[in-house]
Amino acid sequence: MATTIHEPPEIEPNRFADHGRSRNGGWRDLVPADGDRRGTQDYSPPPSSTAIWVVLFAVTMMFAAFTSALVVRKGSSLDWRTFTLPSILYFNTLLLIASSVTLEISRRQIARYMGGLKSQGETPARWLYGTLFLGLLFVAGQYVAWLQLRGEGLYLATNPSSSFFYLLTVTHALHVLGGLGGLIYVIRKLSKSVLRRNQLVATARYWHFMGILWLYLLLLLWMKL
Amino acid sequence: MHDMSAHAVEHHAPPTTFIRKYVFSLDHKVIGKQYYGLALVAALCGMALSWMMRIHLGWTNAAIPGLQLLSKNGAPGGVMTPEYYLQLMTMHGTIMVFFVLTTAPFAAFGNFFLPIQVGAEDMPFPRFNMMSFWVTCVAFVVLMSSFILGDGPTLGGWTQYAPLNAVGSIAGPGQGLGVILWMTSIALFCIGQLLGSLNFITTTLDLRVKGMSLMRLPMTTWAWFITSCMGLTAFSVLMPACILVILDHVAGTSFFVSSNEVINDQLQPHSGGSTLLWQHLFWFFGHPEVYIAIVPGIGIVSHILITSMRKPMLSQRVLIYCMGALAVLSYMVYGHHMFVSGMNPFSALAFSFPTLVITIPATIVVLIWVFSLYGANLRINAASLFALGFISMFVSGGVSGFFLAQPSIDIMLHATYFVVGHFHMVMGVAAMFGIFAATYFWFPKMFGRMMNETLGRIHFWLSFVGTYCIFMPFHYLGMAGNIRRYSSFPDDYLQPLIPVHQWITVAALITGAAQLIFVYNLIHSRFWGKPAPDNPWEATSLEWSTATPPPWDNFGGKHPVVYHDPYQYGVKSSVGDYVMQASPEQVQTEHDEK
Repeated sequence: MATTIHEPPEIEPNRFADHGRSRNGGWRDLVPADGDRRGTQDYSPPPSSTAIWVVLFAVTMMFAAFTSALVVRKGSSLDWRTFTLPSILYFNTLLLIASSVTLEISRRQIARYMGGLKSQGETPARWLYGTLFLGLLFVAGQYVAWLQLRGEGLYLATNPSSSFFYLLTVTHALHVLGGLGGLIYVIRKLSKSVLRRNQLVATARYWHFMGILWLYLLLLLWMKL
Repeated sequence: MHDMSAHAVEHHAPPTTFIRKYVFSLDHKVIGKQYYGLALVAALCGMALSWMMRIHLGWTNAAIPGLQLLSKNGAPGGVMTPEYYLQLMTMHGTIMVFFVLTTAPFAAFGNFFLPIQVGAEDMPFPRFNMMSFWVTCVAFVVLMSSFILGDGPTLGGWTQYAPLNAVGSIAGPGQGLGVILWMTSIALFCIGQLLGSLNFITTTLDLRVKGMSLMRLPMTTWAWFITSCMGLTAFSVLMPACILVILDHVAGTSFFVSSNEVINDQLQPHSGGSTLLWQHLFWFFGHPEVYIAIVPGIGIVSHILITSMRKPMLSQRVLIYCMGALAVLSYMVYGHHMFVSGMNPFSALAFSFPTLVITIPATIVVLIWVFSLYGANLRINAASLFALGFISMFVSGGVSGFFLAQPSIDIMLHATYFVVGHFHMVMGVAAMFGIFAATYFWFPKMFGRMMNETLGRIHFWLSFVGTYCIFMPFHYLGMAGNIRRYSSFPDDYLQPLIPVHQWITVAALITGAAQLIFVYNLIHSRFWGKPAPDNPWEATSLEWSTATPPPWDNFGGKHPVVYHDPYQYGVKSSVGDYVMQASPEQVQTEHDEK
């Protein structure tokens, strides 16, 4: 079987400049013999961008496992006891949504900074601090919810329903704390002016995912508890 | 022209201190060697445990010298109790499945060679990579600590079925602290493998060098990539399952223990849990785990066979698709482990069908190997022999899988030695042969020295014959109704089978001893082996384009450009019958000359 050697393609300067911002990846496939480059241009995103999707997939699978456990456990016996969710959870939900909004404002401002479209009065770090504050407030609010349940005599082992409530909310809160760590990392990088766009994007994706995940969990708990 | 130096990988500086160079190294090659060392230690532990179990099964009242030092209560006078037999069996299974069959072919060789084969300097997240190894190492230490803590390791088998995994020490020795340590160890192991998968996936997708399109990736890289995707899904589910068991133990929750459960005449304080829930969560991980162990072997065997055959496979693309199909289907078949669990018979049918379907890609893989071998002028060496041995084991063990896929037959064969023979051959020994083949093939590149070829061939033949002597009789035992997990066979119908067990024990001791030849060869060659050239096998993929052993940045500051498919053999070039992937030389065939 004869194969044909192909010269590596020349990268068009303008297109390379577009992708050069991420300073990663590259045109990997060579030009085919017939010169048709369709389907051979294989530009890859920065590793952190791919990595965040991998992380989100793993987190999704983890909560899917917990969800299936909840559904099976509830259906397997008659000892399931329903209870009303602490009302502070709804307030916490608003906090998390607000934090996503502030992060998005910050992300857009930083994108403008990086694109050289800086305008007076824009201080993206301020919005990042706001996101951080709202995130911390969310975790504190969750803690208050746990205290309220304890006050009602619902502990981790009291009933499978309370077990799943603590399990899901604590696991989610731990993931939110991970996101807060990411935000602190981004703020530090920003203050040193060494923040990469893909680091910010990855952190923002993770944070928004935490919000969506919480909405799902709240719906699940509201329906099943 | 694009240059690799523009890649935004967080490159680490060359290591300067001993700690950074050999202990907490960020270099994927050192981490790969660390994984290999861990797998080797684990394999020796697992083999020693199997020796003790086999001696006990052959001669139940025989005292094993020194065993009483490991556990006074478990082996008074060196004779193991039934409970201790189960504890050793559990540890053997756990060590081999997790810390050998997953760690060596995937984490060890994958770490060392995946970045080099795609032309990268390192993984994109070297710190996560380092954490991946050390978390796995801690997981192994936690698991082994159960030998000396509390009343020994758990006796629940590597599947750790509920409810006995969740009720504490009332269920037997090791079911209290032993289970907690087991669950903690496996949860940590999951974290380690998830971190590893993260790096493998991002390296494959994002750090390929110029010219390295997806279809130009070597078979091994494809296998590691597919395995990473499987691991990402499977370990993400096993970890929460372990957390739930730990909570049942330490927090008094009732996830897995049902109401009114009486164990050893004591009513358990749990209520309403689902014992089947654990089986679902475990086997959702457990069956893909079989493929996590074997798919890297499929890639390794293909990679080595092509090099030895000096011609491409019949269809590399189909082989890749088949590995992908195995990965996807592996999640649809897990219920075949639960045919006798009392689940709905229609569920059994639903799981039986994909179980039969999954044999199609597996068969295609084997047929591609066999038909590619037809007419090939195969270069016989230890690596290619073990690759052929892999195919033999994979087929022999796979054939018995057809029987077990039928619910009606499985009900009779379930929990017998037939199943033990099946999975040891198709998953255990086949994967081990893949590890051996990879070791003989890549040792020169990893350590800069050649292994002793004669010792390698002796090792192969003793292992190959010995393995069949051990595991083929298992099938016969199973068909005769020999239940697995029994520590002795006092029943009348089992008495005539004891000579078969004694034969297996002798074969296991000899085959195990043959592995010491391998260990000797490994250690001796590491220090005193013949210096290896850069490309001793005249192979084509990128790992053979660089120095032996590779420099810390893999290509000595250069960035290769890939011009060819990974397996350009059977051609005419300035260096012989092959063209390296990174060589710009025009490929010529005999047909072109005419």
